[in-house]
Amino acid sequence: MNYFKALFTIVKKDVLMEMRTKEVVNASLVFAILLVIVFSFIMEPGSEVEKKIAGGIFWMAVTFSGILGLNKTMMSELEGGNFEALMLAPVDKSAIFFGKVISNMLVLILLEIILIPLFLIFYSINIVSHPLMIAVLFLATYGYALVGTLFSMISVRTNSREIMLPLLLLPIMIPILIAAILSTNIFISGSDIIYSYNWIKLTAVFDIIFTAVIFGIFSAIIEE
Amino acid sequence: MGSSNTENTPLISLKQAMKIYGHLTALKKVDLDIFRGQSITIFGPNGAGKSTLLKILSMQSRLTSGSLLYNNIPYKKLNDDFRYNFGVISHQPFVYGGLSAMENLKFYGSLYNVSNVEEKASELLKQLDLYKRKDDLVRTFSRGMLQRISIARALIHSPEIIFLDEPYTGLDSLASNKLSILLKEQLSNNKTIIMVTHDLITGLDLADTVLIMNKGKIVYNCKKSDIEQENFHNIYLETAVEKGA
Repeated sequence: MNYFKALFTIVKKDVLMEMRTKEVVNASLVFAILLVIVFSFIMEPGSEVEKKIAGGIFWMAVTFSGILGLNKTMMSELEGGNFEALMLAPVDKSAIFFGKVISNMLVLILLEIILIPLFLIFYSINIVSHPLMIAVLFLATYGYALVGTLFSMISVRTNSREIMLPLLLLPIMIPILIAAILSTNIFISGSDIIYSYNWIKLTAVFDIIFTAVIFGIFSAIIEE
Repeated sequence: MGSSNTENTPLISLKQAMKIYGHLTALKKVDLDIFRGQSITIFGPNGAGKSTLLKILSMQSRLTSGSLLYNNIPYKKLNDDFRYNFGVISHQPFVYGGLSAMENLKFYGSLYNVSNVEEKASELLKQLDLYKRKDDLVRTFSRGMLQRISIARALIHSPEIIFLDEPYTGLDSLASNKLSILLKEQLSNNKTIIMVTHDLITGLDLADTVLIMNKGKIVYNCKKSDIEQENFHNIYLETAVEKGA
């Protein structure tokens, strides 16, 4: 079967299931909104401190609520043995993996789209104050979905999956989180965007390396 | 092993197959040849290695040692497309609770590149008495209905080899009868069926070759035509208990 057709079939199925159950979006969204609102109470509106840490709050909301979502999406594959059924299908196993990555990425993008106006309301901060921020959002979200999907596939089979996923995922995510937070802060503070280039490059390199490695070894590692 | 087929090359050939899980040896140097159009039923007590053997044959699990050949080609050299030939009914239904019966079949049909998937899905759902519930979410289905949708999913792409692990579990007598008819139809189309079951009567009815396993070994391998069917229950008890002991 065509690689991209298989990938699209997985994404289409996940979108259909999510539109019907809204389990992943609801679990992630409630947590993210609460986190953004609670942090808005502890800072003086319009203060410099708020501008310095807004990027951190934004990416913290995305990261932690995303973990909830990653666990939920992978649970739907485990229930009823669907993951085994997917592995039996006559398609490249990495197409199934990247289909799941895109599904998870779509949920994270939806989450970010909802969080951006919330930052305007509660912090008077425009997260997308520069067009390059769209590149940061895209690259960091892809990197997060990529590594998150891989580790959720591993952790979902353990008894303590809620603890195991952040323990495995967050250390690997450190470079991408630092790059995303610092480049977001550069755009928010109105600093020269030239300082963000290296962070954006770092995120892109992270994405390329992990995509290549996972594409190359996924079929082998997923089998016994 | 005997063959009811004129072809000389086995469709599946297992040689000196070993499967070890930690300290447990689930399969002990198993040799088995399966020919196209054959219907094999595997009996045996719990923990005999039946499901492990089925998982190995359907490439769901890898061998620890030994070889597995499909049409004389080692399984490691086969590409993903070869799995198109397999239909697997497992202990688990392999369907999504958040999708309807029709959506599940359309999804798996798409993965197997089935043309006219909706038509084929409708036909199977009608055969399995699920058509009226085709738009209902699978999570609202009973155990027996889940088993029937699982059968439909496994057959949606008309596989050449059908692996069944306890397919009659949860089915009422009417549904069991329909499944038997469906499987006999598959056999008449020269499909190969490998089934694991505890149901001696149904298993024997469908089989042309009977295997009994115990403690990771095939302890009995015989053509059905060579078996005195009235005595099979005794043969099973003697073989499964004594040879495995």
